[in-house]
Amino acid sequence: MYELKFNNNLCKTCPTVDCLVKCQYIDLDKDRAKEEILKISEGKDSFVLHDCVTCYGCEEYCKRGNHPFYLITEMRQKKGILTAPRAITKQWINIGEPQGKFKTGDIKKKVLSFGFMPEFLQLVQGRLFDDVMPSYIYGQEFFCNVVYIHFANTAIIKERLPVVLDNFRKLDVEEVVCMHDECYGAFASLAPAYGMEVPFRPIHYFEYLYNRLKELSNEIRPLNIKVAYQRPCSSRLSSDKHHFVADIMQLIGAELVDRKYQNENALCCGDMFGMLSGYDLRHDVQTRNIDDMVDSDAEYCFFNCPACQNTLSEKVAKKGIKPVHIIDLCRMAIGEKPEVEV
Amino acid sequence: MSDIGHTLATIVGENYVSDKKEEAYFYARDPGLMPDHKPDYVVLPKTAGEIQKIVKLANKEKIAIVPMGAGLGLTGLVIPLKGGIVIDMKRMNKIIEVNETARYAIVEGGASQGFLKAYLEKNYPRLRHSLPDAPPAATIAANVMIHGQGRLAQQYGFNSDMVSGLEVVLPSGEIGHIGSSSMSSDWFSKGAPLPDLSGLFLGWFGATGIITKLALRLYPKKKMRDVDIFITDNENLVPDMVFEITHTEMAEDVLIFTQPLPMMFKDNHHVSYYITGDTDEEIEFKRKMIWKALERFIKSKDGGFMSVPPLMKPTLLEMPQRSAARLADVKKGGGFEYSGPIIMVEKYPECSRKLVELSDKYDLAYSGMVRIIGRGHSMMFGFAFTFNRADPDMMERTRKALKEVSDYVLEIGGVFWKPTVNEQRMALERMDPNTRNLMKMIKNNLDPNGIMNPGNWEVN
Ligand SMILES: Cc1cc2nc3c(=O)[nH]c(=O)nc-3n(C[C@H](O)[C@H](O)[C@H](O)COP(=O)(O)OP(=O)(O)OC[C@H]3O[C@@H](n4cnc5c(N)ncnc54)[C@H](O)[C@@H]3O)c2cc1C
Repeated sequence: MYELKFNNNLCKTCPTVDCLVKCQYIDLDKDRAKEEILKISEGKDSFVLHDCVTCYGCEEYCKRGNHPFYLITEMRQKKGILTAPRAITKQWINIGEPQGKFKTGDIKKKVLSFGFMPEFLQLVQGRLFDDVMPSYIYGQEFFCNVVYIHFANTAIIKERLPVVLDNFRKLDVEEVVCMHDECYGAFASLAPAYGMEVPFRPIHYFEYLYNRLKELSNEIRPLNIKVAYQRPCSSRLSSDKHHFVADIMQLIGAELVDRKYQNENALCCGDMFGMLSGYDLRHDVQTRNIDDMVDSDAEYCFFNCPACQNTLSEKVAKKGIKPVHIIDLCRMAIGEKPEVEV
Repeated sequence: MSDIGHTLATIVGENYVSDKKEEAYFYARDPGLMPDHKPDYVVLPKTAGEIQKIVKLANKEKIAIVPMGAGLGLTGLVIPLKGGIVIDMKRMNKIIEVNETARYAIVEGGASQGFLKAYLEKNYPRLRHSLPDAPPAATIAANVMIHGQGRLAQQYGFNSDMVSGLEVVLPSGEIGHIGSSSMSSDWFSKGAPLPDLSGLFLGWFGATGIITKLALRLYPKKKMRDVDIFITDNENLVPDMVFEITHTEMAEDVLIFTQPLPMMFKDNHHVSYYITGDTDEEIEFKRKMIWKALERFIKSKDGGFMSVPPLMKPTLLEMPQRSAARLADVKKGGGFEYSGPIIMVEKYPECSRKLVELSDKYDLAYSGMVRIIGRGHSMMFGFAFTFNRADPDMMERTRKALKEVSDYVLEIGGVFWKPTVNEQRMALERMDPNTRNLMKMIKNNLDPNGIMNPGNWEVN
C-alpha cells in the first residue's frame, strides 16, 4: 500500500507555519496554525480538516516540501470527513473510471498528455505543437486522478494512479508533456510523495511552450495587451513552474497586470467551491477575483486550466475582459488564429 | 375506390384522400409498442367545414374516425383499432391570431409545436408557449388533448390548463365553441366564469370531438435562460428538494432524471431546474434564492450542485430537448417507450427504485424522466425503456416491464398519462363507478354511434 511520506519534525521545527498562516480561506496566527497542523499530523481532529476549502495553496506555501495538503486529504479520508456532498464525489469518481475509450495519436518517445480533458483535443493545434503532435494520449486510462484530493479521497488515487502509470509504461514513452497542472503534479509531486515510480520524465507544458516559443521567436509579434492570469488550484502542486507564466508573457509581449490576487495570493475560479459548499464562497471569491481583474485594467484574462476557463469565461466576458487560454494567447503571438474565438 | 372513398374525395379533394396500401401501412402504427391496425381511408382536410362533412358521413356509414396529429403520442392513441377513417390534421396548420397583450394564440387543430415556436420567435419575441419536449412536428391540439406538459409546467400546470378556448367538431358534425369564444370574439377563457365545458373534450383522445381551433395561453419570454443541476445519491430526499425549489417560485421548468449511462449520471438523481431573466441580475438573484434554499442539503452532504460542462449546456437548454430521442437509440434500432403516470412528487423514491428493479429484472436500459407539474402539485414520472426494434425478445421484455409499471402505478395511487387502451381499461375498472357512469353518459350522449376513436375510453 502506498503511504504518504510526511515528516512531522519538519512541521514541529517550522519557523513560519506558512501552510496555514498564508491560507486565504482560514484565518490563523502562527501559534494556532502550528497547533492545528501538529494536531493533524498526529492524527487528531482539527477544525482545519472540516473548514479547508481544498484550494491546494498550502502545497505551495510550505517551502519545506512537506505536502500539508496531501496530509490534510489523508486525514480527512481516514476520519471520513467529506469535503463534498456524496453525490458530487460519486459523480467525479464515476467520470474518471476507465471505459476503454481512450484515444492515442501516433505515439513517439515524447508524448502530449491531455489527461481526461477533451478541451485539449481542440486547443492543441498549430505550429507550437508540430514537433510533437500527433503524438498524444487522451482518456480515463491516462487520467491522473489527482482531482480526488478535492474530495478527500486518496484511496481512489492510490488505486488508479499505479494503473495509469502502467498504461504509460506500456506505451514505452520517455517524456510526457503534461497539458494540465494536475497531470504534472501527479507525476512530479504526488506520485513521488507516495513512493510510486514514474516511468518517464514529466514535462510541464509551460516549460514546453516557453522553449517552443523561443524556437519560434522570429515569428513572434508582441501582443501589446494587458493580461490577468487566472491561476488554478492545481498549479500549487507545481509552483516551481509558475515562473514560466511571467516568462512566457514576456516572450509574447503581453503585460501581466499587477493585481491583488496574483501569484501566491491567487484566488480559485470558484467552481469547486460551489460544488463543495454552495453559493456564498463561490460568489464571494468570483466577485473579488473578477473585480480585481477589472480594477487592474486587464484586457484579457488568460487561463491555464480548461475547467477554470469554463467557469469564468462568461463571467469575465460580461465585464468586458476577453477570456482566452494561454495556448491560444501564444498562438496569437505567432500569428495564428485561436481555436476558441476571443 | 369505394363509394365512401369517392365521397371523401369530393369533400377534401382527390389528392388528400387515400386507401392505398402504403398509406395504410404508415397510418396503421405509431412509433411505440402497440400492435398495428390498418385504417380504411386516410384523409387530410383543410377546413373545419370539411371535417364536419367527414364526421357526418362517418355517422351515416357508421364507420370509425380517428383524428391524428403527428402520431407521436407513442401509446397507440392514433392507431385505428377498428379501421375506418384516419383524419390527419396536418394541413390545418394556420396560426390564426396572436393577442399580444392578453397573451394568447389561436391556432388551427393541426398546427405544430415547432411552427408556433418559430412564429412567436419571429413575430412576438417576448412571448412563448409551454413547449413539450416532443419532436417539433407534434401538434398543439393533440398535446392538450392528452394533457401534455411542457417547459412551463412547473409554473402553470398541464398544457391543457393553458387552453383558453376551443372550437370542436362534435360527433354529430356540428361545431361547438367552448369558453369565452362561445359568446365573444375574444378567446381569453376556456370556461370561467361560464360552466367549463372543455372537460367534455380534453383528455378524451378525440373520442368526443375533433378540435379544429384552439386558443393557447402564452407567457412572458425572458431574454436569458440558464440551467443548474442539483444532484443527490439519496432518492428519498428528492421530494424535499423539489419542495424547496418550488417554494422559491424562482424556477421555470423543473425536471429530474436518473439513468445509469453515461457514467457521469450513474448512482445519482439529478434535479435540474431552469431560470430565466431579462438581466444578469435577475438570473443571479433567482439562482441565489434557489441555491440558498438547497443549502441545508449541501451542509449535510446529501446533495450538491454539479458543475455543468459547457458542452452539455446547449443540449440542456435546447427546446425541445432531443435527449429523449437520443435515448431512443441507445440500444440501436430506435426503440423507445415510456409509461409516464401522473403521480404525487412524494412517490419519487419508490418509483425510482421500481424503475431500477424492472430494468434489472428484464435486462433493459432505462431512464427515469420526471417533470414537475405545478408547484410540486404532481409530477409525470416517465419509466422509460429503450430497445432495439429488430430484437423481438427485447421488445417483449419492454412490453412486460411496462405492463408491470401500469399495475404498480395504480397500486401506489398514480393516474396513467396518455394511457394505452389496456391502461384505459384498467383505469375505468378502478374508477369510482359513479365517475365511470358520468363518463358513459357523456360519451353516449355525444357519440351515440360510437364512431369517434373507438377503442379509446370505451365506457360501454
Ligand atoms: C421523444 C419524445 C419526447 C416527448 N416529450 C413530451 C413532453 O415533453 N411532453 C409531452 O406532453 N409529451 C411528450 N411526448 C409525447 C407526445 O409526442 C406529445 O405529447 C405530442 O404533443 C403528441 O402530439 P401528436 O400530434 O403527435 O399527437 P398524436 O399522437 O397524433 O395524437 C394524440 C391523441 O390526440 C388525438 N388528436 C389528435 N389531434 C386531435 C384533434 N385535432 N382533435 C381531437 N383529438 C386529436 C389523437 O386521436 C390521439 O388520441 C414526447 C414524445 C416523444 C417521442
